[in-house]
Amino acid sequence: MPELKSMIKDHILDRPNSYIGRSVPRPNAKRLLAGRGTFTDDINLPRQTHVAFLRSTYAHAEIVSIDVSAAKESPGVVAVVTGIEMAKICSPWVGVLSHLEGLKSAPQHALAVKKASWQGEPVVAIVANSRAQAEDAIELIDIEWKELPAVTDMETALDENTPLIHPELGDNLSWQRDFDGGDVDAAFAKADNVIEETYISNRHTGVCLEARGIVADYNPGEDELTIYHSTQTPHMMQSLFAKHLDIEEHKVRVICKDVGGSYGIKVHSYPDEYATVALAYMLKRPVKFTADRLESFTTDIHARDHIIKTKVAVSNQGEIQAFEIDDLTGIGPYSVYPRTSGIEANQVVNLTGGQYTNLNYRARARVVLQNKTPMCQYRAVGHPILTMITEGMVDDAARKIGMDPVEIRRKNLIPDDAYPCKSPTGLPFENLSHHESLEKLVKMLDYDALRKDQSKARKKGIYRGIGVATFIEVTNPGPAFYGVGGASISAQDGATMRLDAKGNVIIETGVTEQGQGAEAVVAQCAASALGVTMDKIKVITGDTDITPYGGGTWGSRAAGIGGEAAVQAGKALRDNIVEVASIMLQCDPSTLDIRDNNIVDVSDGNERMPLSEIGRVCYYRPDTLPKDYQSELVVTRHYVPKKFPFAFTNGVQGCYLEVDINTGFIKFKKYAVVEDCGTVINPMLVDEQVRGGVIQGLGGALYEECLYSPEGQFLNGTMADYLVPMAVEMPDIEVGHVESPTLDSELGAKGAGEAGTGGAPATVMNAINDALYPLGGKVTAQPFTPERILAAIGAI
Amino acid sequence: MKPAAFNYAKPTSVGEALGLLAKHDGDAKVLAGGQSLIPTLNMRLSTPSLLIDINGIGDLSGISVMGGEVRIGALTRHVEIENSSKIAKHVPLLALAMPSIAHPAIRNRGTIGGSIAMADPAAELPACLCALDSEIEITGPAGVRGVAAKDFFKSLYETDAGENEILTAIKIPKIAKGYRSAFDELARRHGDYAMCGVVAHGKCDGDIISDFRLVFFAVGGTPVIATDAMDAMEGMAVNDESIIAAQKALDNDLETFSDLHCSATLRMHYAKVLTKRVLTSLVKP
Ligand SMILES: Cc1cc2nc3c(=O)[nH]c(=O)nc-3n(C[C@H](O)[C@H](O)[C@H](O)COP(=O)(O)OP(=O)(O)OC[C@H]3O[C@@H](n4cnc5c(N)ncnc54)[C@H](O)[C@@H]3O)c2cc1C
Repeated sequence: MPELKSMIKDHILDRPNSYIGRSVPRPNAKRLLAGRGTFTDDINLPRQTHVAFLRSTYAHAEIVSIDVSAAKESPGVVAVVTGIEMAKICSPWVGVLSHLEGLKSAPQHALAVKKASWQGEPVVAIVANSRAQAEDAIELIDIEWKELPAVTDMETALDENTPLIHPELGDNLSWQRDFDGGDVDAAFAKADNVIEETYISNRHTGVCLEARGIVADYNPGEDELTIYHSTQTPHMMQSLFAKHLDIEEHKVRVICKDVGGSYGIKVHSYPDEYATVALAYMLKRPVKFTADRLESFTTDIHARDHIIKTKVAVSNQGEIQAFEIDDLTGIGPYSVYPRTSGIEANQVVNLTGGQYTNLNYRARARVVLQNKTPMCQYRAVGHPILTMITEGMVDDAARKIGMDPVEIRRKNLIPDDAYPCKSPTGLPFENLSHHESLEKLVKMLDYDALRKDQSKARKKGIYRGIGVATFIEVTNPGPAFYGVGGASISAQDGATMRLDAKGNVIIETGVTEQGQGAEAVVAQCAASALGVTMDKIKVITGDTDITPYGGGTWGSRAAGIGGEAAVQAGKALRDNIVEVASIMLQCDPSTLDIRDNNIVDVSDGNERMPLSEIGRVCYYRPDTLPKDYQSELVVTRHYVPKKFPFAFTNGVQGCYLEVDINTGFIKFKKYAVVEDCGTVINPMLVDEQVRGGVIQGLGGALYEECLYSPEGQFLNGTMADYLVPMAVEMPDIEVGHVESPTLDSELGAKGAGEAGTGGAPATVMNAINDALYPLGGKVTAQPFTPERILAAIGAI
Repeated sequence: MKPAAFNYAKPTSVGEALGLLAKHDGDAKVLAGGQSLIPTLNMRLSTPSLLIDINGIGDLSGISVMGGEVRIGALTRHVEIENSSKIAKHVPLLALAMPSIAHPAIRNRGTIGGSIAMADPAAELPACLCALDSEIEITGPAGVRGVAAKDFFKSLYETDAGENEILTAIKIPKIAKGYRSAFDELARRHGDYAMCGVVAHGKCDGDIISDFRLVFFAVGGTPVIATDAMDAMEGMAVNDESIIAAQKALDNDLETFSDLHCSATLRMHYAKVLTKRVLTSLVKP
């Protein structure tokens, strides 16, 4: 680090009055708290209509006939559109990418054409003057279905006598990936101990406070579509809407105002959203679609439905000698467009066991089709699963040989001085801090004291457990994630920065804000690099006509990539401003700097003039500057990670909990996380990301599950039946940091948005199993419900 | 999730409300706190042509103590009961149960009449009323009548109240000297409808209990009065032995069922765990 800092002039981490590393409050929080946010459903345009969808009530059924005549006559109805009519203006898509070799899926339409493949798939669109009128008309549509056998159980999806969901694909296998590294067979053959287990990760979903929403408006005069969309990726959506409606991309403007949570749910494209845009194009009137909660449950992507067989070899001394996993996952009837539904399993294969020195690793992942809601990437994609199995296996090994779980990790984690190095699957690790993080966690938990308390409690018949889970996480993805596979998803992001006449600064950036504070972080980076105070800065995100072309916010990329672009833009603008100042002050630009909105002397910080003076002269009185000089007070800079395909981060979570062996209820007594996201730009925001992430991870581990009947009927599509974690049951979470900056960027920030979610399920599972150990019980299937806990110890 | 169109009326007297109910015979719904009714309308599980909003009827709300009983107007909000010193003093069981009913925002709107009329099998209040020999006051075209709580809850979501009647009040005897109450439930998250819950009430003399009531909720279609377990405990000291006898008796008293959140076996297990808890807390000062 010191080398790089000395090489870079005015390194961002050396700036005076820097905001980097400070818990600056989010500038947009006040607006949101005051109820002045503009969410998509708050947008109302003149002549606006509303669309509601008749959705398939069957998991798998052929459409025999549709009679919409009565619906068309219903009060307020503007149009009723079926799949066949929709297909004439909106082309189908296939959710595959070339770098996931062999991945296959079938063409998917905005409205089902011949058959529906999951309960909730949109079939007929009804546009009316109000949503209520559209829903009234749905009841008048006469649709004849021929029910087909539904494929719901992923374990039998590949059986010979299981019907095919898309006969043209030849089977129900969407994708398979195999990996074999080192010498796995030899390692197992000579191992002192081999432990096998089956872990189950349950299908759940990201529940956004603001449901998906879109308002589309087509202006025939300009042949332009304007789309207000609750999305994480405005430019990706622009490209997709343009492609499937066959319009030039620059004629499609996607505007993304406030987004009330996204978690990856809003990084995909959805059939009902294409349909809404196509309807606006057809009708030449604004059309609004806002998903209701039931639609959210049955059509937002689900995630994490996996059954994984695991096998670990460990020596009597605690050396892990091999990992082997066999992952089976069901993704619904289609691979989701455009990111595909292969990525989650791909992450499981790529990253399992990646924090350990062991190189003997074999993995198989099979991704099968089902007649359930499509599955795709949700916050911490794959990490909750692969961390659960990795850390489950490591605890399995420790228990087998009677070694303390912290000790076995100390023995096997990649040493902190071993970097750069590679994972068993060949992914490059730049700089991680497993041991420093683990030791810090041990201190935060007061681990030895907890062990003492645990054994004291056991004597009184109270069962407490300690769970520890280390993790690695992929952040700051470059083009290796999607671009190389052919997806129109920008890997780089930009920031355009402009000094206005009164000395204020506007930044437009391609990363987006969904409530996590991305705009605050961009403002901090820009303000620090330029030398202005936060109140002088306004950040604009989420408008494809305005912001630099970019990837949006997902994959823990906004701070690391968008932040670096803002740093570079800030530095470039500072150079330009200092140049003007040096002309005005007739001095060498190297003697000047910008601090606290003023041009100052570098040497003593003496104020020479305010930035508003630069603005005044450049804009209003350029005649006072030399004739051969042109000032440039707008700059754009971009950034994409180049030295590494991703920035890996690491961390460790630990918790102490008590299991009531009469009720199976668990109660958290302590929860701590140590997380290394490189440079911490805003500790408060990082801590809250970690905390929120942990809660979301605990949700999946303890409560959330999309339940289906054997016929593929979704059983718990309300907030009363689908249980999200709530405050009373959740632990206080202590967050600690280790900072190992990435040298790929000057800022050194890696992502932090998903770490909490990725590590939480393993942590709580290990703690429960530690508590149940004296009773001979073990849970391996999420969610770890009271019923499963009691069954594990034979109490019911 | 938009309700089908409906008309709306806001009467200012019970008589006016009854007139509207009679006129729309079976096609109107009373709107109290709306916490249960509005979601069913939004999901179009119910499509009445008229909503009769009783929130404008002033004398339907309030808590008063008259002689040996406490009278709670049907429109009294959960939050008022929760915060009432009269309730804490005279009907401590309700005070114990209140914090487990949903969340503060829902308790601010939800009413005792709505909760009783709705007769959700997992609701706390019906079980409390059954344990306390309460009476439900119903007003209809033929005038006012009273029904004992234990006769009011007929079967799943079915009560003794007719379509054109309105619940107007709940009457609960003041707790007698030497009596104690206990309440417990198990819900996945605080505020959820319980997987299993129980209320206990009786006269406690040291650790001997008599005139004992044990009423379960969330285990059947209505509150379930566990008569065998009550008999097993009557006049007994609470100790390991008697608790086990009471727990055994539940095999006969309860016919548990499975749903998304809890199997029949787990429910029975919980009923026994909770029985031990309430018995223990009943005699523990
Ligand atoms: C998220 C959530 C969680 C909840 N959790 C619990 C819980 O844990 N325990 C619990 O007990 N309850 C729970 N409830 C229910 C809540 O406590 C209310 O008591 C309940 O919704 C009914 O009261 P209300 O006044 O809102 O009735 P409304 O919704 O207005 O009416 C409910 C029904 O009763 C009828 N009705 C209402 N008042 C009268 C009357 N005076 N005469 C005749 N009919 C009438 C209505 O016509 C309607 O059919 C929960 C509700 C929600 C939304």
